[in-house]
Amino acid sequence: MKPVAEFTKGILKENPVFVMALGLCPALAVSTSVENAIGMGAAATFVVLCSNLIISLIKNFIPDKIRIPCYILVIATFVTVVDMTMNAYLPPLHKSLGIFIPLIVVNCLILCRAEAFASKNGVGLSILDALGMGLGFTLALISIATFREILGSGTFLNMRILPQSYKPMIMAILPPGAFFTIGLLMGLINLLKKKD
Amino acid sequence: MELSNLFFIIISAIFINNFVLVRFLGLCPYIGVSKKLDSALGMGMAVIFVMTMASVFTWLINHFFLSPDTGIFGYDLTFLRTIAFILSIAVLVQFVEMVIRKSAPELYKALGIYLPLITTNCAVLGVSILNITENYNFIEAIVNGISSGLGFTLVLLLMAGIRERLERAQVPKALQGMPIAFIVAGCMALAFLGFSGLKF
Repeated sequence: MKPVAEFTKGILKENPVFVMALGLCPALAVSTSVENAIGMGAAATFVVLCSNLIISLIKNFIPDKIRIPCYILVIATFVTVVDMTMNAYLPPLHKSLGIFIPLIVVNCLILCRAEAFASKNGVGLSILDALGMGLGFTLALISIATFREILGSGTFLNMRILPQSYKPMIMAILPPGAFFTIGLLMGLINLLKKKD
Repeated sequence: MELSNLFFIIISAIFINNFVLVRFLGLCPYIGVSKKLDSALGMGMAVIFVMTMASVFTWLINHFFLSPDTGIFGYDLTFLRTIAFILSIAVLVQFVEMVIRKSAPELYKALGIYLPLITTNCAVLGVSILNITENYNFIEAIVNGISSGLGFTLVLLLMAGIRERLERAQVPKALQGMPIAFIVAGCMALAFLGFSGLKF
């Protein structure tokens, strides 16, 4: 397998959110603003990178029957690291992501990469895979958040880009807006795929 | 503890703050297992059961081990919450699976394949953490667990009913499958938004 392909597959071809439908809960819940999306993406990328690294190192010592609890334990450790670090250095972001920081543990994206990739491949490839998947997840979050933030509050990264006279479409920030945005974006990706 | 308070928790967990449509928890099974009505029912029952059990166990663990005031160790171990909760949920699910397989093979056949999936259902860990952050007492935590599971099952069944009919509808090619499911979920979320005006 080519290392470059392992990295790039997560960005578009096997995008975790749009194509594989993994990690949907945080993707919809925190995508009300681009800032939150970047924060969540960075946190999830860090966790998937560290857990892939550790799991690819210890995969030969883990008995097959209890591998899932072992993976979850590794993942939970790094989530706790992220939780405490963010609480100490970025308290506003920690507050707005709220319950979804501890819930990174059960983000199916991370467990899926551990089970499907890191447990079968070496350290180098696992790191590349994690970076690609993390980047793809972050990009997906940012693209959902871009639509929702611009439509819902007329801003992008807290900078006003639509004129004051624009009346914000509140629905875009509320839960239904998240479902509509991801549904339409998935449809758009299907449409583009068919053209190729 | 007042009865009206419990009533408020039930209504809030099922309708106002519905786990799937408002809090965005448990979306993977919501989209993944909602293609058929009977499998949705099986998943819903398994989730109600595990959520209630998880609420009981994680509340007890938090109260007697992790909390600095009431814990038997007297240390502030709240930083271990995530790890302790997910481990106890994983053990609980495994245990429930073994008990059901021995004692009720019929039920096991119905729930069996959904049980392992529940460990990574964020709704279960979500309800455990919410019980603690909302400072619920033991009874409130159990009630919240049951009614959150009921809310999840309600929207899962509604969704499955709609999707069985969607099979026969003419959906644009690009929107078939998952995209249309999300758009339907969006319409349902819009309807559930109406409950947010409920005040007690």
